[in-house]
Amino acid sequence: MPRLNTPEELEGFRQELVSKRDPNKPCISICAGAGCIASGAAEVIEAFKAEIESQGLAAKVDTKGTGCPGFCEQGPVVVIYPEEICYLGVTAKDVPEIVSETIKENKIVERLFFKDPVTGVRAVHEYDISFYKAQERTVLCNNIKIDSKSIDDYLALGGYTALAKALSQMTDVEVLEEVKRSNLRGRGGAGFPAGRKWEGSRNADEPIKYVIVNADEGDPGAFMDRALLEGNPHSILEGLILGGYAIASHEGYFYVRQEYPLAVENINLAIKQAESYGLLGENILGSGFDFKVMVHQGAGAFVCGESTALMTSLEGRAGEPRPKYTRSNIKGLWNRPSVLNNVETWANVPHIINRGADWFNTVGTDSSKGTKIFSLVGKITNTGLVEVPMGMTLRDIIYKIGGGIPDGKKFKAVQTGGPSGGCIPEDQLDLQVGFDELTQAGSMMGSGGMIVLDEDTCMVDVARYFIHFLTDESCGKCVPCREGLRQMDRILTNITQGRGKEGDIELLEELSETAVEASLCALGKSAPNPFLSTLRYFREEYEAHIREKRCPALACKALISFYIDPDKCLACGICRKKCPAGAIDGDKKIIHIIDQELCTNCGTCFEVCPAKFGAVTKISGVPVPAPLAQEKRMIIKKAPKESPKKNQGKAGKNE
Amino acid sequence: MSEVQFEIDGKRVKAAKGKTILEAAREEGIYIPSLCYHEKLEPFGGCRLCIVEVEERGWTKMVVSCVYPVAENIKVTTRSEKIDRIRKTIIELLMAHAPEAPELVKLAEEYGADRDRYEQDTSFCIHCGLCVRYCNEVKGKNAIGFVDRGINKEISFIPEIAAVECNDCKECFPLCPTSYLQAAFVLAQALSFPPSKPGTGE
Repeated sequence: MPRLNTPEELEGFRQELVSKRDPNKPCISICAGAGCIASGAAEVIEAFKAEIESQGLAAKVDTKGTGCPGFCEQGPVVVIYPEEICYLGVTAKDVPEIVSETIKENKIVERLFFKDPVTGVRAVHEYDISFYKAQERTVLCNNIKIDSKSIDDYLALGGYTALAKALSQMTDVEVLEEVKRSNLRGRGGAGFPAGRKWEGSRNADEPIKYVIVNADEGDPGAFMDRALLEGNPHSILEGLILGGYAIASHEGYFYVRQEYPLAVENINLAIKQAESYGLLGENILGSGFDFKVMVHQGAGAFVCGESTALMTSLEGRAGEPRPKYTRSNIKGLWNRPSVLNNVETWANVPHIINRGADWFNTVGTDSSKGTKIFSLVGKITNTGLVEVPMGMTLRDIIYKIGGGIPDGKKFKAVQTGGPSGGCIPEDQLDLQVGFDELTQAGSMMGSGGMIVLDEDTCMVDVARYFIHFLTDESCGKCVPCREGLRQMDRILTNITQGRGKEGDIELLEELSETAVEASLCALGKSAPNPFLSTLRYFREEYEAHIREKRCPALACKALISFYIDPDKCLACGICRKKCPAGAIDGDKKIIHIIDQELCTNCGTCFEVCPAKFGAVTKISGVPVPAPLAQEKRMIIKKAPKESPKKNQGKAGKNE
Repeated sequence: MSEVQFEIDGKRVKAAKGKTILEAAREEGIYIPSLCYHEKLEPFGGCRLCIVEVEERGWTKMVVSCVYPVAENIKVTTRSEKIDRIRKTIIELLMAHAPEAPELVKLAEEYGADRDRYEQDTSFCIHCGLCVRYCNEVKGKNAIGFVDRGINKEISFIPEIAAVECNDCKECFPLCPTSYLQAAFVLAQALSFPPSKPGTGE
């Protein structure tokens, strides 16, 4: 491939690419993102290729592995173009049928369609699926359309037009002004206005400046950046080059976490491809602008997502945040002006340059513009990545897109913002998502994690989990974080294990104040949020744990007991057979009893007791009723027609 | 060097531009407690005990004075209910590790800290980093360093370097606020120093 020397050559090349592509030629796109690969997408791709080959269709049908479209719950996801027929949960076994029916006969395979969990209606096309319908996909939309290893796919869809436009029609200051006017705010956590950050670096005296992609996504349950890095690496790279141009920087870095090997591979490949096309390197598209990009892999520390720790790590030292009160856009990497933005922020930049700041401002709320990608996980029907306009309510995200809570359970709270975010309760579900709105509610936007919690979740345990995570991830440099979190973790663990004392809440509040006010970096300053937000909305749960040794959600193992209701037990025996501790006594027609001394609270009996009996219950905060006397345990009444014994086989599956 | 004027605990003072609040305060005879500050070393900002309140352009914020540079017309408060409460918590957290350390005992008295507030976890080191930084920044030897991360972080002598450098130096010993350093050295010497070469006296 020859180097593209001018914007015109790029455009000519793009048109050539497009003209070679027949829009009506069937194309089978299979998601090759991490979630679908884990569900067997690699085999599905191989199966499609083999089947197409053996049916002699190779010339007539394209097959490609693409980026993640987000619907991980129902992966592997297959979309067949041009009709955009969407099959979900496809296995290699389904492949021959799809090829013979859909590709050859133009018929559909109905059982592989999305079935709406609420209405039961099946959806043929991707855009009919309730999960996608309410989304607004600006940044993620190309993921399913392109082979993430192909720069040609990106170019065919208009890739690098923003770069060509900026270099040929805009000055660097105009690019900066456009981003400033767009009101784009950083998608990584703090929501700092990107344009202002860029301007600070641009105006700094030091001639050598850097632009950096923060791809150290480490929040539990978050995979927004991963999907973009793996699925559409060129979109981030194009944004980074634009940023370099705008602030007069000639050197950029990707700081990617080592745990994302596919992202590292795809980014490295994207850089090589862009270099060979003349879109990166010296004299880009003949503009005279030089820019090079390097990839650095993190070493597994969550704190390296913090800007100054990231830069220290990039310099080759232990990833600890810097204590100085200077902004890294003025004195950052090697003490030089450095613009650090998150993956999603950079990926928004080409869209802003192409479509203009005014367009970007039409989407969103007063203070938060554009769209935001959330990873919607936890107790939610449709798990996956969702991209929505800022300002959509939490209710719409959870119910319209997410399909609500599975198994008929009740919604309890949604945890947003990653481990140092907070929990938002049901009465605030009409909150619009936006940086300031979420902060006011005691949580934060963070990088876009959204974990849905149902009624079976203990909020004290949620706080304990996240504080424990952060204790593990503290770098250990400053006392309020290292020591304060260690003690908070300890106290919260005690509370969930029934060792809570009066005064614990106040002690936790004191430790929180110290961490918030005195910690060195944002990790420590925001670390008490999981505790503070759950205390704000669910204080009664803390009090129940401490005063009554009761877990209202019946979730804390140390505070609950399992008990068989003698009025409901029909002596089917399944719990006795499955109990790993041998703690259940009973026999045919003898009501079963749990020996509380032997019981380990594993919950197996609760899970296996057939739903129609529902005899095993969890109790907390009250003593377990004394077992029935031996002579009262005989079941004298006639067992129902369908004898329990017959149900044993089924019972295991119904859990 | 140009000077800035500002206020500290209601007193109008001057200090050279670039100085930190902690340095300026000490020059004025105003004592701000600190465990990780040392005049020969780069500010570390680890113990956070030197936290103060700064009012700057109408905004009040909590900052650590060992790092925060003085600026024209700022108002610094070195003691307040909130500052004292935070310092007390920090002292109590550290006393869970080093309940007998003289400096901490003295501070505990000043701030009313209870050494048994938190479950004891006597590991003695309070991670002020004075030894590590002194060896690196002043002596340029790096005979001691931090190993591991977070709550598992520890100081550790590098046996190959320490065996050669430390016996004639030991300048870091008096810096240690908990005397743990000496113990760590003796342990390292006994357990991990390379064997001395016979006949050389090393």
